[in-house]
Amino acid sequence: MLELLRQPWPWYISGFAISLIMAMLLYFGKSFGFSSNLRTICSISGAGQKVKFFDFNWRKEIWNLLFLVGSVIGGYIVSQWLSTPDPMQLSASTINDLKGLGIHFDGGLNPSQLFGKDFATSPKGFFILLTGGALVGFGSRYAGGCTSGHAISGLSNLQVPSLVAVIGFFIGGLVMTYFLFPLIF
Amino acid sequence: MKGLKFILTGILFGVIMAKSEAVSWYRIQEMFRFQSFQMYGIIGTAVVLGAIFVFLIKKFNIKDFSGEPIEFKDKDKNWSRYLIGGSIFGLGWALTGACPGPMFVNLGYGYWPMLIVIAGALGGTYAYGIVKTWLPH
Repeated sequence: MLELLRQPWPWYISGFAISLIMAMLLYFGKSFGFSSNLRTICSISGAGQKVKFFDFNWRKEIWNLLFLVGSVIGGYIVSQWLSTPDPMQLSASTINDLKGLGIHFDGGLNPSQLFGKDFATSPKGFFILLTGGALVGFGSRYAGGCTSGHAISGLSNLQVPSLVAVIGFFIGGLVMTYFLFPLIF
Repeated sequence: MKGLKFILTGILFGVIMAKSEAVSWYRIQEMFRFQSFQMYGIIGTAVVLGAIFVFLIKKFNIKDFSGEPIEFKDKDKNWSRYLIGGSIFGLGWALTGACPGPMFVNLGYGYWPMLIVIAGALGGTYAYGIVKTWLPH
């Protein structure tokens, strides 16, 4: 059984579980949206004293921070007890395309070339990771949500604005992948 | 403990995202290059089943655990924020291979450089708070 759990889980199990998580949070009287946590953390850090956007009652959002803590624990559980030593099954064409950019597939979840100590502590690497994060943080708040809030919660509620946001996610993602990656890497 | 259920739901989320490799930088690249069905399958299944859940909740007026009606807020219809904000988000999503949830799942997994990405995300959120009033919404 444990051996089976250690294998990668198929997309339909994952999709089902994510919709279930959304439904569970609705049943708890909340709404699934992860990026709100970033605003909450800013607020807890005292940003509300200077910027009005962060001046709100963050205590009402503690539930979402607990969800965040759970997600960190979940990642830890998988890496400690549920991971497989086998390399990830990445499509050959992706491996090939990335090789053209000088990024080699090493079988892990994330390339050690980008998420290893050497890159992260180099000035270029540090800047790339920080900027990438900043784009996600800025964009998700500007768009009013991220993948969970728009792509999952919003689309499930048939919200056209969420569809526009998801189209935006793809415009940005495709521009980065096809036009900016060759310049960055 | 009232908060425990949120921690447990979060753990389920983290385990699912890690085991289905949705937190993988490579998988996000595969998605943006349209070279695998995996990510589309995950999001598509979640949306279709999610839409059925939402439909049933509305149709049968299902209450939440404390007996309150479950309310759905319609998103306001200011298109520029979704398109521009979404595109900025997408740039970062492809670059880091992580949206906000997976950043934290990856951190738990042991990818500590995600702390830099998270710091950036907090900085970006803070920057938005400052310039918000000058942006088209």
